[in-house]
Amino acid sequence: MTTGTRRTTDQLDDVVVRFAGGSGDGMQLTGDRFTTSSALVGNDLSTFPDFPAEIRAPAGTLAGVSAFQVHISDHDILTPGDAPNVLVAMNPAALRANVGVLPKGGTILVNVDAFDERSLAKAGYEANPLTDGSLSSFTVYEVPMTSLTQEVCKEAGIKPRDAERSKNFFALGLVSWLFTRPVEPTLAWIQRRFADRPQVAEANTRAFRAGYHFGETAELFESNYEVRPAAFEKGEYVQVSGNQAIAWGLITAARLAGLPLFLGSYPITPASDILHELSRRKEFGVWTLQAEDEIAGVGAALGAAFGGALGVTTTSGPGLDLKAETIGLAVNLELPLVIIDVQRGGPSTGLPTKTEQADLLQALYGRHGEAPVPVLAPSTPSQCFDIAIKAARLAIKYRTPVIVLSDGYLANGAEPWRLPDLTTLEPIDPGFATEPNHRADDGTAVFWPYLRDEVTLARPWAPPGVPGLEHRIGGLEKADGSGDVSYDPANHDRMVRLRAEKIAGIVREVPPVVVDDEGEAVLLVIGWGSTFGAIATAVQRARARGLRVARAHLDHLNPLPANLGDVLRRYPKVLVPEINLGQLSRLLRAEYLVDVQSLCRVQGVPFRASEIESAIVAILGAAQ
Amino acid sequence: MTTSVPVTTRKDWSSDQEVRWCPGCGDFSILAALQMLLPELGVRRETTVFLSGIGCAARFPYYMNTYGLHSIHGRAPAIATGLATTRPDLDVWVVTGDGDALSIGGNHLIHALRRNVRLTILMFNNQIYGLTKGQYSPTSEVAKVTKSTPFGSLDTPFNPVSLALGAEASFVARTHDMDRAHMQEIFRRAHEHKGAAFVEIYQNCNVFNDGAFEKITGREARASMLIPLRHGEPIRFGAEGERGVIQRRDGRLEIVDVADVGEDALLVHDETRADPSVAFALSRLARGPYEPTPIGVFRAVERPEYGEEMRRQIIEAQEQRGMGDLAALLRSGSSWVVD
Ligand code: SF4
Repeated sequence: MTTGTRRTTDQLDDVVVRFAGGSGDGMQLTGDRFTTSSALVGNDLSTFPDFPAEIRAPAGTLAGVSAFQVHISDHDILTPGDAPNVLVAMNPAALRANVGVLPKGGTILVNVDAFDERSLAKAGYEANPLTDGSLSSFTVYEVPMTSLTQEVCKEAGIKPRDAERSKNFFALGLVSWLFTRPVEPTLAWIQRRFADRPQVAEANTRAFRAGYHFGETAELFESNYEVRPAAFEKGEYVQVSGNQAIAWGLITAARLAGLPLFLGSYPITPASDILHELSRRKEFGVWTLQAEDEIAGVGAALGAAFGGALGVTTTSGPGLDLKAETIGLAVNLELPLVIIDVQRGGPSTGLPTKTEQADLLQALYGRHGEAPVPVLAPSTPSQCFDIAIKAARLAIKYRTPVIVLSDGYLANGAEPWRLPDLTTLEPIDPGFATEPNHRADDGTAVFWPYLRDEVTLARPWAPPGVPGLEHRIGGLEKADGSGDVSYDPANHDRMVRLRAEKIAGIVREVPPVVVDDEGEAVLLVIGWGSTFGAIATAVQRARARGLRVARAHLDHLNPLPANLGDVLRRYPKVLVPEINLGQLSRLLRAEYLVDVQSLCRVQGVPFRASEIESAIVAILGAAQ
Repeated sequence: MTTSVPVTTRKDWSSDQEVRWCPGCGDFSILAALQMLLPELGVRRETTVFLSGIGCAARFPYYMNTYGLHSIHGRAPAIATGLATTRPDLDVWVVTGDGDALSIGGNHLIHALRRNVRLTILMFNNQIYGLTKGQYSPTSEVAKVTKSTPFGSLDTPFNPVSLALGAEASFVARTHDMDRAHMQEIFRRAHEHKGAAFVEIYQNCNVFNDGAFEKITGREARASMLIPLRHGEPIRFGAEGERGVIQRRDGRLEIVDVADVGEDALLVHDETRADPSVAFALSRLARGPYEPTPIGVFRAVERPEYGEEMRRQIIEAQEQRGMGDLAALLRSGSSWVVD
């Protein structure tokens, strides 16, 4: 296929496209394919899948709208975009649910076939927005996607009802033309993906081609657009989502440690894809147990860790609640364990498919007794890989459970990732105990399971199987050193402090926080986790306005970087944007007696850079 | 591992920790029975693990000179599942009680049984909460008056053997703390079993529920009140074997005088029946430990063991796809190169 000859192709620096339809319309697939072909063109990109919790939410209603937003650009970008430039609306509900975020002058592609009276009523439209002038500030293209798809499928003998399901491929074809995406990879992908359903493959191929040709031939569009490749660092790239990167990071960590990887997990949105990915990878010696419940998931992982495996459990908020007791046991047993919490909207079932950062305080403090654990948070989908490895490294080295706080946005969002050089990754030494480590009063060599390493304060890890190292451990308080059950008051006080000291000592593994400050900044914006892209973009924009803003981001929430107090005190003002009601703010105030300002929004969606930018402007406007 | 298993005695299997059960508790005799049996099983201390939850029984691991893990309430079967599946070289024993296994941990127990994880589960049933000082348990009889049920308990109790059979257990047995030889025979069988073995042990809590099993396990009562199940033999009991069990046309089991029906009419016990219905019916013969009650192995069938099956899938994947290649894994989507 070639692009149309009559019209021009204009250059764009970047564009944000939002595909929206009913939850059965295949919008996630469509968005994902568009993303992949953009990655192959060499664009930088960032995605934001946004879908309802119901698998097939009532068709045609606002509640059932599923959307996929992708930001593609010829330069480095960090967010999926504040607002779309192009909205693809497969039905009236999709239009209604998304038109609000579309800026004036934006482009709307609608599947006009779906704008019948019933569908309009279902979406809550009293009048047809395509004719009542309410969309006059946008450029609207009305395309009969359903009927054109059915028509091209008819030639292949495909029934209209079956053909109807391929209309998303028509939309994909049209948008592919509009942004001059290559078609071959998508056509090849359709063949692969639907290899066992030739008729579906045929329908999708026809629909996709028809959409592309429609763009080319229908005299609707004045031009199409090109987004040139971004200037990436040399290297080999893949497109990766947070969940995928965590799974791969865990496999890599197990390999680096020479240990079997054992995942005990219970299905829960939005973490299940980690379970799925690991379950597919048995050739890496990965053991996956879909447990009877969240508690059994973490329990089995801890049991495997007792046996010398890298034990991991994956979950989301409600599951983290249930795992708390076992994590406390792991704190007491001082065994390595990695807990991945893909945060979602809470409390309770909350917003299963939406993102949030409100599990921070739970991760830090959500266990009875003094039960500190290291807490890490990736800031981008690809960084999930590094963070998973780091979590495993700390867990093994310090014999401790480690919690990783990902979130729904990172889990499903995708970005290009330059593949790391695996040979540069440092091996992880499990350092299993091999021999007795203590002399009893009578001179015999004995094994003391709670005799600590002088530097790390870690205890020996002695999986069963070694003669002479037989020992009993449990949730009861242990005597310092011997590990025998002890109710001695002074011993308990010592053990509580030792466990705390051990975790606090992990600060030696935490890189100092790096501040991005062009000099003379009077405001520091600091965040953690997935707000990274929005904060960085907002700071860039604020600087472009001439404001003096610095920025820092935390991957380690416990222990916090050693220099953090100094950094915070260096700035007259500190702003902390978070998708919760100020959990990091509370922590920073408590730890450093610095009066930070909170920027909180808990809507189940990532921050828009513009929201943070406005907050910066408001603060500096008042200050300067 | 060609070296022979060292000869051991009970002492080698006892840890240096002081045993802290109440004097006279049935737990002592169970501990002794097992510590005496282990030297005969041809197993090693370093590959033996005792794992428990919470409760009086759960202190068991501390008293064994093996590897041991005293975990949290009810979760031992789940924790043991992670250990036993990944470490087939280990003998994993789970020691639990009626509250631990059937109340807070009921879910984990039934799933460990249905998966057939290679565990030997010893459930000490004393029909009471001991460690928390005497509340009724999920096996307590209805109308039990305890501190938490001053007007009598309302809950219908579980029959642990029925429950285990219903949970697809491949090995289910019952024994009691007054008969060391019987316990040892059952423990030996349970240990030999490939897969999850569930053993209910009637255990006397002399502090909070003294004599709960007296009517059937007392020295005088045993002959007439315990129905020994022996594979391949007609089911009969009584001092002279004068009573027996028959199966009626409609499938129900009934206790009869052998003299009335003739020896040939007795039900012949078959542990290996694929269909658990008869084993289940046997578990329902007594409504509680005050009627003639079967003890012994109710069911022992072969079924794929969970850890072995997991391992098989891993090995097959490695045979088909080769040992996982990390670099290839990271490229498993489509990759592109920027020069
Ligand atoms: S409370 Fe009962 S079960 Fe517990 S140790 Fe004492 S006698 Fe034994």
